[in-house]
Amino acid sequence: MTTPSLPAERTTPVVLGGARAALWLFGTVLFSVALYYFIGVDQGATSVFGDNMYVHEFVHDARHFLGFPCH
Amino acid sequence: MERQFIARGMLAGALGGLLAFLFARIFAEPQIQRAIDYESGRDAAQSLLDKAAGLPVEAEGSDPFSRAVQGNLGIGVGMILFGVAMGGLFAVAYTLACGRVGNVRPRPLALLVALGGFLALYLVPFLKYPANPPAIGHEDTIRERSGLYLLMVGVSVVVLVGGVWLGQRLRARFTAWNAALLAALACAVVLGAVMLLLPSLGELKANVDQYGHHATETPLPLKDPQGRIVFPGFPADVLASFRLYSVAAQALLWATIGVAFAPLAERVLRRAPAGAAA
Repeated sequence: MTTPSLPAERTTPVVLGGARAALWLFGTVLFSVALYYFIGVDQGATSVFGDNMYVHEFVHDARHFLGFPCH
Repeated sequence: MERQFIARGMLAGALGGLLAFLFARIFAEPQIQRAIDYESGRDAAQSLLDKAAGLPVEAEGSDPFSRAVQGNLGIGVGMILFGVAMGGLFAVAYTLACGRVGNVRPRPLALLVALGGFLALYLVPFLKYPANPPAIGHEDTIRERSGLYLLMVGVSVVVLVGGVWLGQRLRARFTAWNAALLAALACAVVLGAVMLLLPSLGELKANVDQYGHHATETPLPLKDPQGRIVFPGFPADVLASFRLYSVAAQALLWATIGVAFAPLAERVLRRAPAGAAA
């Protein structure tokens, strides 16, 4: 192993501090959930970009394979 | 620190998505193509039956993307972006878990959080509503199926996060080992009850009205008015392989996130000046 591990007694510290950090985490959750929605759900049961099937048909195989219900 | 975690988490997620895509391209695409061929053959047989019965024949809608685009570019973009999304959620969970889940060092914590993501966001919902290839799933029930699947994902996230919280509480009274076992047992009982209460897809009202009582929407043999089978039911081997590969691809994705993130997180935490991590 090239990089020495942390000493065994040192465990992970609490790393979260302040409103800025909370905002970053919140934004990341929002972004990730939006991606999840467009890959998994949009233009199936509900649709954001109107009544066409471009997103749905493009990621069609991924949607099936990742476990989402699809048409 | 949280920004470094987020960037590294998403990077690990993109890598996981890429590996899962390569796996899917080799193993899943042939099964998906078999399912689509089955669907086309069945539609053709249904059209002949309809024509013989004097019913109007449904016109085949045209798809905006060819199979070549869907089976190469589409699935690649979809899986990599899905990996990025999962990496983002993973990084948030890791940041929140640091220092709050007992004596766990940075690397094992990365593997544990990845295992949690795999269970909460995929495997537990899969147990109730497993992944289905094309040709399985009735158009009329897509709203209900999407709602039920997302509900199952939401419930499993809440219950597993609750399980971690419960385990921390129990640690005051039991050993860490027993606290973890009790928390896992509680999760299993609650999730089992929820799965028992939620309806099977075949029991949705639109399906019962049209097809009678069945557990799933997997196509049964197509029969003519005399009751003779004119087209077989969905091939069982294709369904079994598709589901196995689906689980394997998600396991690959989450394992990659955990393994790739672990040394990166350790380096970030070691670089942080001691005591300044509040």
